[in-house]
Amino acid sequence: MCANTRHTGTPFAKIFSNLALHMLLTNEKADIITRLRQEVLQLQGFKAPLTHLLDDTGLGRINAAFPNGVFPRAALHEFVCAAPEEAAAATAFVAGLLSAFMRRGGAALWVGTGRRIFPPALRAFGLRPEQVIFLDLKKEKDVTWALTEALRCSALSAVVGELSELSFTDSRRFQLAIEASGVPCFALRRRLPATATTAVARWRVRPLASRTEEGLPGLGAPRWEVQLLKVRNGTPGTWELEWAGGRFRHTPKLAAVPAAQTKTG
Amino acid sequence: MGARFLSIWFPHLVTDWHVRKQPQLRDVAFVLKAAVHNRSVVTAACPRATAGGIRAGTVLADARALMPGLQVLDDKPGLGAQLLDRIAEWCIRFTPVAAPDGPAGILLDATGCAHLWGGEDAYVADIVRRLSDRGYTVRAAMADTVGAAWAMARYGKEAVVEPGQHGRALLPLPVTALRLDPESGTRLHKLGLRLIRDLVVIPRPALRRRFGDALLQRLRQALGEEVEILVPVCPIAPYQERLPCLEPIVTRTGIEIALQRLLEVLCTRLRAEGKGLRTAVFRGYRMDGGTAGIEIATGRPAQHEEHLFHLFSLKLETMAPGTGIELFLLEATQVEDQDAVQSALWSAGGGLLDPQLSELLDRLAGKLGAGSLHRFLPAEHYWPERCYVPASGLTDTPASEWKVDRPRPLQLLSPPERIEVTAPVPDYPPMLFRYRGVLHQVVKADGPERIEPEWWIREGPHRDYYCVEDEAGRRYWLFRSGHYTPERTEQWYLHGLFA
Repeated sequence: MCANTRHTGTPFAKIFSNLALHMLLTNEKADIITRLRQEVLQLQGFKAPLTHLLDDTGLGRINAAFPNGVFPRAALHEFVCAAPEEAAAATAFVAGLLSAFMRRGGAALWVGTGRRIFPPALRAFGLRPEQVIFLDLKKEKDVTWALTEALRCSALSAVVGELSELSFTDSRRFQLAIEASGVPCFALRRRLPATATTAVARWRVRPLASRTEEGLPGLGAPRWEVQLLKVRNGTPGTWELEWAGGRFRHTPKLAAVPAAQTKTG
Repeated sequence: MGARFLSIWFPHLVTDWHVRKQPQLRDVAFVLKAAVHNRSVVTAACPRATAGGIRAGTVLADARALMPGLQVLDDKPGLGAQLLDRIAEWCIRFTPVAAPDGPAGILLDATGCAHLWGGEDAYVADIVRRLSDRGYTVRAAMADTVGAAWAMARYGKEAVVEPGQHGRALLPLPVTALRLDPESGTRLHKLGLRLIRDLVVIPRPALRRRFGDALLQRLRQALGEEVEILVPVCPIAPYQERLPCLEPIVTRTGIEIALQRLLEVLCTRLRAEGKGLRTAVFRGYRMDGGTAGIEIATGRPAQHEEHLFHLFSLKLETMAPGTGIELFLLEATQVEDQDAVQSALWSAGGGLLDPQLSELLDRLAGKLGAGSLHRFLPAEHYWPERCYVPASGLTDTPASEWKVDRPRPLQLLSPPERIEVTAPVPDYPPMLFRYRGVLHQVVKADGPERIEPEWWIREGPHRDYYCVEDEAGRRYWLFRSGHYTPERTEQWYLHGLFA
């Protein structure tokens, strides 16, 4: 009893200072944790914003979905293409991203089997087709080998791979190579993924009806629904994008597609 | 150091080969025959048959009469020359310059080679022993000139004629040792000139008058007054490095070490001369007489050991060491001047001319085939299949701009796929089309854009292209081949997918 009364008699100042010390400690801990988190993010390919201010991907609002608000460049991005039309849309989206990376020169390697890409059309998405080296292979196994080999070469600006299957081990191998070289990798997958991979982001790009000025016939600029299905440490989302005037442009959601057929003369 | 030549003579080359292939022939007398002027004539006789008096050129019936139990085999034309070529190639482990010396001999330029075997006697003995182990009857001799070595191998007693002594050693030999044509040989015999000793004392002009230049040339060649040039079985590459091994190498690690050493030497030399290799061959000469080799090619002149080693190591598993490799040979078959490395300060991201990139492409081409790499440049054509061409290398730059004024699909189907359409209005896009069983309703459309097939390249109907968008927002590139006809709907194709 006696001791208790003595303790209650402790000056407030001491309690306060203890509290302050505790808060200071938690602050320090929090700092450490934030710093460590930043380091982990950096290791995972989410670089600090300053270094890539020059090479803005032009994705605008989509960047906010990633940690630090920066598009993770040195990372593996997966694109799910369930239909050939989706593959075309995803190819265009990737070409648009590559054009941002390769604005000041560089070379990209495009690996795949049964190539359908029409090189002159890449120019419309800001990419110079002569800067792209195509590696056309017969076997899927060779594609993964070539991708691993290419991702180790830091002289490349980006590597694009067209695959059906991507195992966890292979994606891990890609990720390790990317961490060493800093080369971005875009995997266009022709089938819906069955297994998990180490990809930082999984995208799906679907074509949407193009917009034309009210009453005008013909086709408008290519327009897509870009879905970020999964993103590590970020927030997935869906956006509607258009490629117009050599850059990505966010478009407001359309109400309905007019059913009547229109055409130019 | 004076030149030294080794001549090897195979008195029973073809028959020895047959004994090797069929050991049961070892203990019987046999001959090889071929048809000459409708007669069977012996072309080669084994030692036992020779002892019985049968020579090449004996008519087969006579030979059978001489030796009733004679076995007769068919001779394969050209076998001797083939064998000599093969043996000469095998002899490359003893000297870089080995030449077949028909009809039954091999010549080696052994200048500066013998010391590796601990002296000329050991060198000759080793060659003779190895060839004898393989079942060949061999006589070999070494001398300062090709002629002297040839003569000593066939007619002489010494295996090694000391440098400078060939003139003396030739004197007691018969004149046929000078590699004369048979006619001159007989004439010399008739005149009583049987030995070279008799011949050298006669004034040269008198010899020329009687026997022509050929005899004098042979004499001068044998005495070393005229230089004789060997035509090696494998031409000597100017960029070639050799690595003989004390013990036969069978392991991958061993082969890798050998490759590394050879690359170091070769690349140091290339660097010093400012050159780089485009193609190279790495060969291993095996104990069992075979060779194993791998080839690489690079996109640009390369002289970087590590890179070249990597290129080779991608193919190293195809190199079968067999019973072991005793000699490694690295040869740069195609060498080019190294272009000055351009340091592009402004392109931080490397670019097409980055050496790292060309090294990567070499690795990819080495493993997956050079035909799988493509780079494209614009071509001045409107026909979609022809509007781009493959570039020949990384340094090619576009001669014209890429055309972007017309909409072009990002994916092009090759060849175009036929679709079923409902197109009631001429020169209008179809209202509906069915592609691979799926019905698409055309909502928006652009076109037509008419593209002619450029008659100076190929004749054919033109194409009227339409860009269409279906109800789901999917965009396609369709065309009608030729003019519109209401009754024909099979002329419509889908050619591409827009983004």
